[in-house]
Amino acid sequence: MTDAAVPLVVEGMTTSIRLQGRLHHVVRDMSFVIRPRETLALVGESGCGKSMTALSVMGLLPPAASITAGRVLVDGVDLVGADEATRESLRGDRLGMIFQEPMTSLNPVLPIGFQVGEALMRHRGLSKRQAREKARELLELVRVPAAAERLDAYPHQFSGGMRQRVMIALALACRLRVLIADEPTTALDVTIQAQVLALVADLQRCEGLGVLLITHNLGVVASVAQRVMVMYGGDVVESAPVAAFFARPTHPYSSALLAAMPRIEGGSQLQPIPGQVPPLGDMPDGCRFRSRCPLAHERCAALPPMTPVAGDPDHLVRCWARSDA
Amino acid sequence: MIRFVIKRLLVAIPTLWAVLTTVFILVRVVPGDPTMVILGDQASEAARAALREKLGLGKPILAQYIDFMTQVLHGDLGRSLATNRPIVDDVLAVLPWTIELTLASLVVGAVIGIPLGVLAAEKRDGFADWFARIFSLAGVSFPAFVSGILLLLAFSVELRWFPVISTAKSDDWFGRLRALVLPSINLGLLMVAYVTRVTRSGMLQALGEDYVRTARSKGLGRRLVVWRHAFPNVLVPVVTVVGLYLGVLIGNAVLTEIVFNRPGIGKLIVTALNQRDYTLLQGLMVVSAFAIVIANILTDLTYGLVDPRVKTA
Repeated sequence: MTDAAVPLVVEGMTTSIRLQGRLHHVVRDMSFVIRPRETLALVGESGCGKSMTALSVMGLLPPAASITAGRVLVDGVDLVGADEATRESLRGDRLGMIFQEPMTSLNPVLPIGFQVGEALMRHRGLSKRQAREKARELLELVRVPAAAERLDAYPHQFSGGMRQRVMIALALACRLRVLIADEPTTALDVTIQAQVLALVADLQRCEGLGVLLITHNLGVVASVAQRVMVMYGGDVVESAPVAAFFARPTHPYSSALLAAMPRIEGGSQLQPIPGQVPPLGDMPDGCRFRSRCPLAHERCAALPPMTPVAGDPDHLVRCWARSDA
Repeated sequence: MIRFVIKRLLVAIPTLWAVLTTVFILVRVVPGDPTMVILGDQASEAARAALREKLGLGKPILAQYIDFMTQVLHGDLGRSLATNRPIVDDVLAVLPWTIELTLASLVVGAVIGIPLGVLAAEKRDGFADWFARIFSLAGVSFPAFVSGILLLLAFSVELRWFPVISTAKSDDWFGRLRALVLPSINLGLLMVAYVTRVTRSGMLQALGEDYVRTARSKGLGRRLVVWRHAFPNVLVPVVTVVGLYLGVLIGNAVLTEIVFNRPGIGKLIVTALNQRDYTLLQGLMVVSAFAIVIANILTDLTYGLVDPRVKTA
């Protein structure tokens, strides 16, 4: 049994999906931990396996996909191989998730107050009346104005930003240990984005919540995360504290991502990454980035291990060209 | 909600007016002299003139139209040519039979169709799904007179659970309910088929929606996710189908009423056709049209109950 004080430990998790009879690994050998009050950012292009990682941890994978190796420990309980009842009892109680699309993630035919309080009825055995009272407090916590009057309102009566607040209240209803936020601000206006992120940061401070933040916005990463993991084609290619990552992006893909990010001070043009992520069936062996990598070499046909950068055990990279330096 | 009801009722007025006008015109544009149709080509000119006078066909068309509308608005549908009884009385005598049969078939359709559709969607391509698909295909394609006779043979003649002839005295509630079982199953099979299909496809879509994922992320079990979160979103298409096929049911009731020997609007229509009872037919058209308009209003009102987005719209 691992340290129960660490709310989420993922060890060597591989998630595979069966498409037309063939098994594809969409997440390979992923390991990370999330500590209380820590935000771990998971970045990468669309289709790199970020959302699959989140759904694997939550146990909400589509029917064709499953975790085929590794462990996912929530408060020391391994979810891989646990029965559905165990997983259900942790979901929404210890582990919660907010989704990218606040417009479609709330049920259009159920009142907001009921949706927010439902997890409390499920996990804490609260009555409908008690859950409603708690839902009002939660909506006030996420700063929904006139919360008491809006308990009986329906999602279509809320704006996108308000719905995302409701989603956060809903996910946080029980005393969560880990919140998984899958691009929580992508669908929102820039000003609302900042409010939502500030709200999550506040809650993190007072509730001791650990957050796995999935995003492709490196600006968000720089402002709220302590650690970064860069994913490409289902592999973690670089893992580092935020300061070290921005000071010294080491994997060729990380450098390319940063070069593709707009900057105010830089007069130089944006540099898009040439090519695109290969389709699942066409992933090269070994390092999956080598078909687009300027440093590709014959030995990249074998998957490089994660190795420390310049002797820093906190900053790891998966690249033959960079780890030898 | 009350404003929604009033608004919907007001919208029904022009619809009903259009329906009545259409019935009026339809009856009068049918080619040929109606007196010839009613009395046959051997009738004397004097008899035909008398009938024309009785039907008010001698008057200018506008006067006929005003007469017709005034009558209908006073709840008077005229007298039957065949029996000379007021048509309203004939209709009211059989209307309860039609209403109870239609409602019972609706209940059969919902009680069997909804769980079957939900189960089929949940276990997509599994045994339940195949069963539901074959069952609903059979329900649509099986003629009502064949399924009716099979039901009679099995449950009335062999097992003797239900009466062969469905007429029972109206004060004998148990007898009347018992007589209702087989006809409503027979007529309801069609409803089961439609409801199963629309529930299945609606549930397949709903189960893939983001809000179902949200419900699962709260740790809710399968039953709550399906029935509390996914199913209520399927009610709108289900209510639509039920409302639409209410009209079809009234039409299909004819065969069921004949096989089970029940009185009803359907059978009255057949009688009117056979006897060339042209005023009775006109009255029945008005009654059927009213029934469908009322069914539509009820459907719209139900939308307001099942979908919170309709109320405020």
